[in-house]
Amino acid sequence: MSSYLFVILGAVLVNNVVLVRILGLCPFMGVSKKLETAIGMGAATTFVLTLGSGTSYLIDHYLLVPNDLAYLRTLSFIVVIAAIVQLTELVIHKTSPLLHQVLGIYLPLITTNCAVLGVPLLNVGLRHDLFESLLFGFGSSVGFTLALVLFAGIRERLDGADVPAPFKGTAIAMITAGLMSLAFMGFAGLDRFQ
Amino acid sequence: MLTALLVMTGIALVLGAALGFAAIFFKVEGDPLVDNIDAILPQTQCGQCGYPGCRPYAEAIANGEADINQCPPGGEEGIRHLADLLGREFKPLDEEHGVEKPKSVAVIDEQICIGCTLCIQACPVDAIVGAAKQMHTVVESECTGCELCVAPCPVDCITMEPLKETVKTWKWKYPVIQIKDAA
Repeated sequence: MSSYLFVILGAVLVNNVVLVRILGLCPFMGVSKKLETAIGMGAATTFVLTLGSGTSYLIDHYLLVPNDLAYLRTLSFIVVIAAIVQLTELVIHKTSPLLHQVLGIYLPLITTNCAVLGVPLLNVGLRHDLFESLLFGFGSSVGFTLALVLFAGIRERLDGADVPAPFKGTAIAMITAGLMSLAFMGFAGLDRFQ
Repeated sequence: MLTALLVMTGIALVLGAALGFAAIFFKVEGDPLVDNIDAILPQTQCGQCGYPGCRPYAEAIANGEADINQCPPGGEEGIRHLADLLGREFKPLDEEHGVEKPKSVAVIDEQICIGCTLCIQACPVDAIVGAAKQMHTVVESECTGCELCVAPCPVDCITMEPLKETVKTWKWKYPVIQIKDAA
């Protein structure tokens, strides 16, 4: 049981997908200007990433590995993820127009989020089983959301700060992201207690 | 090799079928009222109503956010049609958004044009052709007469000229007969 807890905790803090593995930087820099959109993007990514991890595991385990087709992983995973994103958008549009309006353009954008492809590939590398894959996907996306929301909060404060002219805008955001990344490296010791 | 092709084709077929099925199963009906309102609006995309185009204005009317008398190019006739469709009272055009003018098209004085492309960027319907430092010209059949290109021109070479009445554009004018005072 505690090993499952460590999978989640490890994915959220120790190996945070954005700040430690440096995946999914595009939405991390792109949609972190406002706290609201950051939360929306985080929620959409959580849904897709969890579902994508599970489906990718099934495809890999029952279709690719038995047929000795491991080299097709990247290709088939991205196809599956794209389809899941489209499906999710259709379903959300029908069942909850309000949520669809909140997520808006961020929903289709998830297709191009490299964290969503990276996590299923990491799952294969770490030899996770189905349940662990789902947990790892969920944990990673929670970590993604956490990093995004924290960063959005900082950037909202940065707007009002007196930043030297050469560092204004993206430059100071990059430096902030680097400092956050450093801070998250501090969690690296946590997994010793495993 | 063959299994690889088969597996990829299989995945693509299954996902494609699932998406196709979902597209039908989860189809969302658009609001037909918006379409009907949009059909009445003149599609000049001029933005004089305060919305970025005719469709957004139609949506605003349907949601009850905008009044029906904010469209100068549509004129009184347009407002009458909207009033009929929505079952509201006719009201005169809101002067705040502009006054009704005869339908006209933009004409570029090609002697003066410096080829700055500012009017091309302003045109909502891509009716202006030309390139940087090349003379521009207006495609008359595409121009909606929205006047958005007039303001950005740095050399004031764009004028609005009323469309001449031709056999195709002629419309029967409602005869208005002044009732003379019984003197």
